[in-house]
Amino acid sequence: MSQTNPLQIEYNLKVVRQFAIATVIWGIIGMAVGVLIAAQLVWPELNFETPWLTYSRLRPLHTNAVIFAFGTSALMGTSFYVVQKTCKTALFSNKLASFVFWGWQAVILAAVITLPLGITSSKEYAELEWPIDILIALVWVAYIIVFFGTLVKRTTSHIYVANWFYGGFIVTIAVLHIVNSMAVPVSFTKSYSLYAGATDAMVQWWYGHNAVGFLLTAGFLGMMYYFVPKQAERPVYSYRLSVVHFWALISLYIWAGPHHLHYTALPDWTQSLGMVMSIILFVPSWGGMINGIMTLSGAWHKLRTDPILRFLIVSLSFYGMSTFEGPMMSIKSVNALSHYTDWTVGHVHSGALGWVAMITIGAMYYLIPRLWSQTQMHNVRWINIHFWLHTIGVVLYIVALWISGVMQGLMWRAVNATDGTLTYSFIESVSESYPFWIIRVIGGVFIVAGMILMAVNVYRTIRAGKPTVEYVNAPVAENNPAPATATQSA
Amino acid sequence: MSSFWSAWIIVLTLAFLVFIIWLLRWNMTNYTGIKEGELMDHEYDGIVEINNPMPKWWTILFWITIVWGFIYLALYPGLGNFKGLLGWSSSNQQVRSLEESRLATEQAHEAGLIVEYDRQIEQADEKFGPIFAALSERSIEDLASDQTAKEIGQRLFIQNCAQCHGSNAMGGKGFPNLTDSDWLYGGSAEQIKHSIMEGRVGLMPPQSQFNDQEVAELAHYVMSLSGRKVDPELAKAGESNFIVCAACHGMDGKGNYALGAPNLTDNIWLYGGSQEAIEETIRNGRNGVMPAWKDILGEDKIHVISSYVYGLSQE
Repeated sequence: MSQTNPLQIEYNLKVVRQFAIATVIWGIIGMAVGVLIAAQLVWPELNFETPWLTYSRLRPLHTNAVIFAFGTSALMGTSFYVVQKTCKTALFSNKLASFVFWGWQAVILAAVITLPLGITSSKEYAELEWPIDILIALVWVAYIIVFFGTLVKRTTSHIYVANWFYGGFIVTIAVLHIVNSMAVPVSFTKSYSLYAGATDAMVQWWYGHNAVGFLLTAGFLGMMYYFVPKQAERPVYSYRLSVVHFWALISLYIWAGPHHLHYTALPDWTQSLGMVMSIILFVPSWGGMINGIMTLSGAWHKLRTDPILRFLIVSLSFYGMSTFEGPMMSIKSVNALSHYTDWTVGHVHSGALGWVAMITIGAMYYLIPRLWSQTQMHNVRWINIHFWLHTIGVVLYIVALWISGVMQGLMWRAVNATDGTLTYSFIESVSESYPFWIIRVIGGVFIVAGMILMAVNVYRTIRAGKPTVEYVNAPVAENNPAPATATQSA
Repeated sequence: MSSFWSAWIIVLTLAFLVFIIWLLRWNMTNYTGIKEGELMDHEYDGIVEINNPMPKWWTILFWITIVWGFIYLALYPGLGNFKGLLGWSSSNQQVRSLEESRLATEQAHEAGLIVEYDRQIEQADEKFGPIFAALSERSIEDLASDQTAKEIGQRLFIQNCAQCHGSNAMGGKGFPNLTDSDWLYGGSAEQIKHSIMEGRVGLMPPQSQFNDQEVAELAHYVMSLSGRKVDPELAKAGESNFIVCAACHGMDGKGNYALGAPNLTDNIWLYGGSQEAIEETIRNGRNGVMPAWKDILGEDKIHVISSYVYGLSQE
């Protein structure tokens, strides 16, 4: 593509397009594997007596696929888009950006191969073995360079709040990944953690909870801060609220990990600190929800007609719900009931399917037509159908697991008043859970059906359009007022 | 934890909470130079921001959680080595043996500290201890025919024993079936109770001195003891080497309760009765462990479980 004017630079939309397609494909795969393993809990024979298809191997494949393939592809793609548009400059390096895309896809492919083979470090959400961990670190450093390099060469005076969140997520994930993955390799496919005992558990959950906090929360708040005001065409509700909740959120989250280890060998003081910070964290978490939802002030009527806005706003409602639920579950007395039950799994999914997936889907429906020089998706009605399929699926899923989770917790602690023996054996709580696990499978089928409808819609949209070519004026002098952008089709 | 690390935690935690308070107070003032409710003076790709104050209910909620945080950290362990004003701890976390545990419990009592785990155990013992004490006054044989004792025993069995022996007590490979009349260490009430109280370690040493032919011969001889159809020549050839096995299993192969040596004549096989399984047992030996439960459940509860297990083989 030749430049029309030497003073204009072309935005790198190619890498954004690549990540957008990857997001949709990995979304379907990751969620479909989720439905399969949910079904295996009810009908164990669905592993077909094949080691590669057993629950224990597919479960990490599912979590890795939705968090690191679907979620992180969405974050990488949208962050590259948002940082260019809000900084009014092209990416720092197109070659490095391309390396980030292909490197990340290689990481995912390696996960898809090694996890079913049973090659695992056994750390939750960090199962990949050391050679893949090194590749992740390399790709992530490239990501840092591209993102922050672009911020440095911005032509705007300030940095928009979306980029603070993206930046916080990118830097912290690098630190978390590198520290938690430190290991002593014994062969090409096996390593042992550098840490031992309770320390290892603490490092693991410091990583694990902040993967939630920074990747699944801060990163997607960055996404929210761009796509909600754009789609609602309204100003962001409160600048100062965004300042407080950004700094409070990122500084409080890092303390919250110990609440995963209540009533374990972790020292009491660590458990208490984790719980106190988790509860204070509730308020800044809601700051993001308030700022997003209140951005719609004066535009509520748009929810009636705009299914994309519905995805975005309902995602914020789920975000608010799970960030209330999380701090509540971090209270030791509540945790005594909820821990190790389906309630935890339901909580994670109200965050992952309600918040993360819905904000991503909304953002993709906004972004994809704009990346292929269209004004809207091929079929807007399908977006609405997808919205309802997804919403019904999420509600079925989390309500079923709330009930089974609380039921399991109550059954496990039930004691006979006459002799103090436990009323139920573990296996009784399992057999009582079956009806709810079937409802979970049905919910999952709704969600995957919606994703497939999305894929068809995306395919049709792309086929009807052409890749967008968009230029930004290069800065001619300092203090140049905000440069205009020019859009044209290739 | 050394006092350095304790101080490190205290300073870091308090400084952090002060930072949060400062952050909140700073943003409660309008430092932007823009009137409240008006747009900020920057724009990003068409996005503008309003300088609205933070919602009041939200800031109040923030203050409440911060104040609550300070109160909690004053009452409970959290700030390094500071134990908290309530003297509460979840359990005696530092102990490494039963002896240290008993000592820690006593010391906590004397110092008036609340050890949550100990407290719950004490409450349970106080409430339910007399029930089990009364049951243990009666003989195991007597309890075995008592419906209430049987139900309590079954629940204890399901919670503690079923993991290995199965919820129907019929065991599995390496885990004895408790419903038949075949016993490794004896099936009398007292022998059963002893097995549960003190645990058992069953060891069949590997017989690596025998070559493959001799192992096959021995296996045939062993199978012939329970009247199974075998190659009579091989079995005959194996008889002379059985003298080694007889040290534990006895010349007649009927086993020995004192050593936990299984009876080889009843066609009940703990590790499988196929020729391959028996050869593997001879070649590589076997090792089985029944843990000791006396320090976990206490004698009174074990008395009730013993009666349940005893009753199973009496039916």
